[in-house]
Amino acid sequence: MTRLIVAGALALMGTTAVAGGHLCYEGKTLTEGKLTIATGNPAYYPWVMDDAPESGKGFEAAVAYAVAEEMGLSAENVVWVRTSFDEAIQPGAKNFDINMQQYSITPERDQMVDFSEPYYAAPMAALAVGAVSETEATLDALKGLKWGAVGSTTGAQKLINTIQPSSDPLFYNDNNDVIAAMQAGQIDAALFDLPTALYLSAVVLDGGTILGQFPADRADTPDLFGMLMEEGNPLKECVDAAIMSLTESGELAAIEAEWLQDTTGVPLIQ
Amino acid sequence: MTIADEGSGKPARTRRQIYEDGLRKRSLMIAGTSTVAVVLAIVLLVPLAPGWAAVKKSFFNWDVFSATFPKLLDAFLIDVMIFAWCAPAIAVLGLLIALARDVRNPALYPLRIFSAAFTDVFRGVPVVLTVYLIGFGIPGLGLPRPWNSPYIWGSLALILTYSAYVAEIFRSGIESIHPSQRAAAESLGLSRRDTMWYVILPQAVRRVVPANMNMLIALQKDVALLSFIGPVEIFRQAGVFKSLYANFTPYVGAAVIFLAITIPATRYADYLMAKQRRDRS
Repeated sequence: MTRLIVAGALALMGTTAVAGGHLCYEGKTLTEGKLTIATGNPAYYPWVMDDAPESGKGFEAAVAYAVAEEMGLSAENVVWVRTSFDEAIQPGAKNFDINMQQYSITPERDQMVDFSEPYYAAPMAALAVGAVSETEATLDALKGLKWGAVGSTTGAQKLINTIQPSSDPLFYNDNNDVIAAMQAGQIDAALFDLPTALYLSAVVLDGGTILGQFPADRADTPDLFGMLMEEGNPLKECVDAAIMSLTESGELAAIEAEWLQDTTGVPLIQ
Repeated sequence: MTIADEGSGKPARTRRQIYEDGLRKRSLMIAGTSTVAVVLAIVLLVPLAPGWAAVKKSFFNWDVFSATFPKLLDAFLIDVMIFAWCAPAIAVLGLLIALARDVRNPALYPLRIFSAAFTDVFRGVPVVLTVYLIGFGIPGLGLPRPWNSPYIWGSLALILTYSAYVAEIFRSGIESIHPSQRAAAESLGLSRRDTMWYVILPQAVRRVVPANMNMLIALQKDVALLSFIGPVEIFRQAGVFKSLYANFTPYVGAAVIFLAITIPATRYADYLMAKQRRDRS
């Protein structure tokens, strides 16, 4: 069975290679002729629709297939796997070529793993519930709220560095736990990237409102999403080239408009 | 064979003692050599592994360690605080449950059923699950602040779980006291309650101190489970640093802090157990 697949992949590769000459990714992927992409378990809306990246629906799934195509890999040569954050940064052999789950590029992380060129600049947004939904979108007004965030996100850092709340923030394992704490009234507001905040306020959290977004350019650590790769992965130059060309051609912006169009029109936090 | 130590005033050693000393020296030599060999093998061989450089950078990164350790220490104070109010509550509730299990009055039979069910349920459910259920569930009923604090309900979850264990320990202690003690106390005219309070419990509690020490050590680590429902104690703080640096060294730092507490506590429990064994024999 594997031999059949390998044979098929080789045949396919033969055709693309003939069409495009030498391809950048050749000999650099985990499985020859296949691009193995990792996403979260589960993968969330609007990054991946219905937890099914194979469908190509959702922003990150669509970007993944566009990047693969740009690199010269057809859709059937994209293989999806799932990892947690910890699996993605552990030392040793990885089970993916690239990992896409809204990883923010930070200089500290960059010392341990490699990031591609950014494929999205995510503004941070404050999601609030209950009586505090009327709070003004100013830093001074926001300080007084009881804050939460997912502990493994850059939102946790931003909370401490930028908002500097007057009472200790609470940190959680994932989005669902933050929502549970909001529903239990243990926190008033939480920081997410804007698309996630929009989804949570629209679908998951009853009575949730978005107080405002932090302008991405004003951020002390601008939240740029990059694809995570093992430190020193030779595939990086191919992925970078593909993302650059998608950015220049405007295709990336088109994908963003298709899947993340609601992200404009949220007031900026002053 | 000549007898040693002749002019020194010490009693002369027998041939048997000399022989046994030789044996002891020999086994010490062997133990020492093998320990040194194993340690050397680890120290020399592990760095030869092809991934050692990556593992060292991810887990034993001095820069990350020194940058995060002071904040981890601060966060550990929260663990200490939670531990400090949970431990006495567990001792009291555990003892009450154990006593309820020992009730002999037929009218109070429901109490026995309750305490049996309590220990069954809370020993059977994983602690994390209890922490989640009580920590998010009860505040979700609509309690106002500050009564919905994760500190209160998370601590309650720990208290319930641990008192189930501690109740069983106390019960085993109570049952280990010979029935003749009870009989003797009652024949002296002591009431049931006085028998328990003045005769049975003082002996039972003393007998289970080492076992309860182990529960204290376990509790001290499980306090970190409260991080699941919000409090930024040492485990969560280490997790935040892990994400920030994409590096596991902060977890190693947290482990060092935990060990600094648990190792002395474990040795003390060992000492208590050894002392008890000596006293009994």
